Amino acid sequence: MTLTDTELEYIEDEIGREPNSLEYGMLDIMFSEHCSYKSSRPILGLFPNEGENVIIGPGDDAGIVGITDELALVIGMESHNHPSAIEPYGGAGTGIGGIIRDIISMGAMPVALLDSLRFGYLEDQRSRYLFEYVVKGISDYGNRVGIPTVGGEVEFDDNFKSNPLVNVLCAGIVRKDSIVRGIAPNVGDVFVLMGGRTGRDGIHGVTFASEELTTTSELESRPAVQIGDPFTKKQVMEATFEALERVDVQGLKDLGGGGLTCCLSELAAKCGNGATVEITQIPLREEGMTPYEIMLSESQERMVFVVHPEDVEELMDVFKKYEIPAAVVGEVIKGDQFVTTLNGEILADVPSELLADPPVAKRELKKPIIDEEYVVVEDIDPKDALLKLLSSENIASKEWVYRQYDHEVQIKTIVKPGDDAAVIRVDENTAFTITSDCNSIHTKLDPYNGGAGSVAEAIRNVISMGSEPICIADCLNFGNPEKPEVLWQFNECVKGMSEIARRFNTPVISGNVSFYNETEGVTVNPSPVIGVAGKMDIKDIRTSEFKNDGDMVVIIGETRPELDGSEYHRSIYGLVQGKAPEVFMDEEYNAGKSVLELIREDENGNITAVHDCSSGGLGIALSEMSISGNLGAVIDIKKIPVKGDLTLSTVLFSESHGRYLITIKKDSVEEVLSKIAVPSAIIGEVQGDSLVIEDQFAVDVEELKKSYKGIIEKFMA
Amino acid sequence: MKVGIIRFPGSNCDRDVFHALELAGTEPEYIWWSKRDLSDFEAIVIPGGFSYGDYLRAGAIAAITPVINGITDCVKEGKPVLGICNGAQILAEVGLVPGVFTENQNAKFICEWTELKVETSRTPFTAMYKKNEIIKMPIAHAEGRYFTEDLKKLQDNDQIVLSFESENPNGSMQSISGVCDKEGLVCAVMPHPERASETILGSDDGLKFFKGIVKY
Repeated sequence: MTLTDTELEYIEDEIGREPNSLEYGMLDIMFSEHCSYKSSRPILGLFPNEGENVIIGPGDDAGIVGITDELALVIGMESHNHPSAIEPYGGAGTGIGGIIRDIISMGAMPVALLDSLRFGYLEDQRSRYLFEYVVKGISDYGNRVGIPTVGGEVEFDDNFKSNPLVNVLCAGIVRKDSIVRGIAPNVGDVFVLMGGRTGRDGIHGVTFASEELTTTSELESRPAVQIGDPFTKKQVMEATFEALERVDVQGLKDLGGGGLTCCLSELAAKCGNGATVEITQIPLREEGMTPYEIMLSESQERMVFVVHPEDVEELMDVFKKYEIPAAVVGEVIKGDQFVTTLNGEILADVPSELLADPPVAKRELKKPIIDEEYVVVEDIDPKDALLKLLSSENIASKEWVYRQYDHEVQIKTIVKPGDDAAVIRVDENTAFTITSDCNSIHTKLDPYNGGAGSVAEAIRNVISMGSEPICIADCLNFGNPEKPEVLWQFNECVKGMSEIARRFNTPVISGNVSFYNETEGVTVNPSPVIGVAGKMDIKDIRTSEFKNDGDMVVIIGETRPELDGSEYHRSIYGLVQGKAPEVFMDEEYNAGKSVLELIREDENGNITAVHDCSSGGLGIALSEMSISGNLGAVIDIKKIPVKGDLTLSTVLFSESHGRYLITIKKDSVEEVLSKIAVPSAIIGEVQGDSLVIEDQFAVDVEELKKSYKGIIEKFMA
Repeated sequence: MKVGIIRFPGSNCDRDVFHALELAGTEPEYIWWSKRDLSDFEAIVIPGGFSYGDYLRAGAIAAITPVINGITDCVKEGKPVLGICNGAQILAEVGLVPGVFTENQNAKFICEWTELKVETSRTPFTAMYKKNEIIKMPIAHAEGRYFTEDLKKLQDNDQIVLSFESENPNGSMQSISGVCDKEGLVCAVMPHPERASETILGSDDGLKFFKGIVKY
């Protein structure tokens, strides 16, 4: 049990008595960090979340932003870290299931999934086990429900060894006039619970997600992990769409963390109404369940429809067709009380507002003192370094992962996994771009620049496809917020993210916070996973691979001495130290804007490839363009705009923000360059079958490929 | 031309096949698994997905639904029937095509674009290709490794429809990725022609599978 004395006092003040045991359990889950956001809420207020295209911002199941005259894009993100640490297959699967339900409950068709995953290094056997089964869980669940998994990222580092991070983003498309919301606006309407039956799984799931993990968690907390069923989910999804077409649905909400208690109290509280729920009406999976278990169960694949009583028959008809259990379990009442009854006898009676809107927790913030000696490193041979980086777990090809995901179903995926971001078609002329990114080492060293930088990277990925970034969703993974240092990191990170979000006019429309990512004294590196969506004309799509011999290679943006916190330092020297690369808001914005304008004005297709520079720096970006295009290039390192006097390794591996690589057809390069308003230069030419850094070294594209591919496969064989 | 698309609980390529059939100039229509009489339709497509969650075994439960009797009648009447991915597994499970599609050699789901060789153009679905033509279509399955005890019979009767050309990703016998019945009217293919029906998706090589129905 996790209610604090202060919280208990507050509750007793509100209801004028001690809560009984059922009420205590219901309040306990609703006051958990997971449901209440009690530590993060005041800080999340810093995010910009309004914009001319925003239809629904944070606070509902998912955010919605307009994308064409008729259609809107729905985005949500969710973490399933704790369950995946305990039971990777089921934990990852239900993570997918949960976020899909959030999208469906806005009335939208889910069209894309992305996964951001973090594990310990693959040298460790348990990390391989977690990685294998998380990927399998995602694959089995996502593939079965018929939603393409189109992108994501994977990071390996020791600090995630006992506490992996499993974050999922889901995007959906909805007609603007068909959006439904999680509300219960009319007194007298009824709640219809449909989908999977309620069982004993996931009881106190949110409470366990709001505590640190321990070595005994795996044994003690397995019952708190829900069991997913993608087949039922697919049926629930199809039935929901048919119901929305046939019935005038007033409100719709999925059951996730906090189960029935959370769903019904939030539906009612949103409209200042009360609610009743009759325990005997709830379809159960097993006999002998207590009201406590029923009200707290987090059994999967359940939805609540709010409808007028006269529409119940038609609604039930739909569910019958799909053979889905459903029942009227309660009704919307006047007043503010949330009343739970058993055969009419009142078991619990507390204000829905108290459940849905607990007070924020006052917590301290403190900047941590970092007292580590800075290790001065000596550059190794840059060619060796490049090949080593390419075969590091963090940079190497993730084909082993995405080959297991169906990324083609729904025939909308125009740009498939492996590029900067996925491109999904919306209609004949319009597509949206979607990516999820995070730099946890930058954020550890400097949460402000790490948070801003993670947003910057995601935005660059979207722009590199030729797409204009329109909104942000996030999943913020941090340690225990009761520790002032952790909350300070969180606050700085949100500040950094907010500033760049404002600069790009990309509002944060939905998000998720996962605290308590600590196990046995190890706190994960703060990991702000950022989803960015962009919209575009299909004709503007650009991809990153080198296309033609003779195209000129152009760099946009300046390279600074920013090797600290780089993949180069981590993979080659095992070092995470110093000062993270800084995000220069104006430079970042101007570079992005330039690239977008160039692409939009490029009617003749003179710009043949676009790629951003991020993890691994320029060296890795060039290698990736070579490998995917199966073409070499000759690069003159002296032409690269730099700040200061940099070594070759610094130029190649610095992770300065605000940089893009583009290739341009030779005869139009001067014309294109004249339009770029930020530091830029022609640095070489696409040619041959090796990547040549003039006067320094040359590597065959085949050798680059050999280093980059098959790495994860070797570990997982 | 009315073409029926069978929908089972768990089918998930039904809408994609609908789109491709429209592009090919047919009039597609969905058929729920409980329908027995399919006499209205001139051809049938069983789309991919995970019918009944692939629980028990891919295609096992779908194979005993009422609509299968309707499909068997269509076959008797000489109407073309195409099973794609899960649809192919169902046709094999029912016994309308020889052999089985079983778990991939690497025991994992594989989603990727493949090069395929059209081994015969005698089926309605491959009639618009040249024999031995190389085409590009994606696969997406966990149970697609083809196996039969009568390989020779298959070869003698010209019942191999598609085979993997360069790589054999799932360990199929003789790289086989599509087979047909003796008459060549019932076709079971693991690759997804509907996912390769527009150049914007990577290739339109698959569209002829559906155009072939019209021509037939």
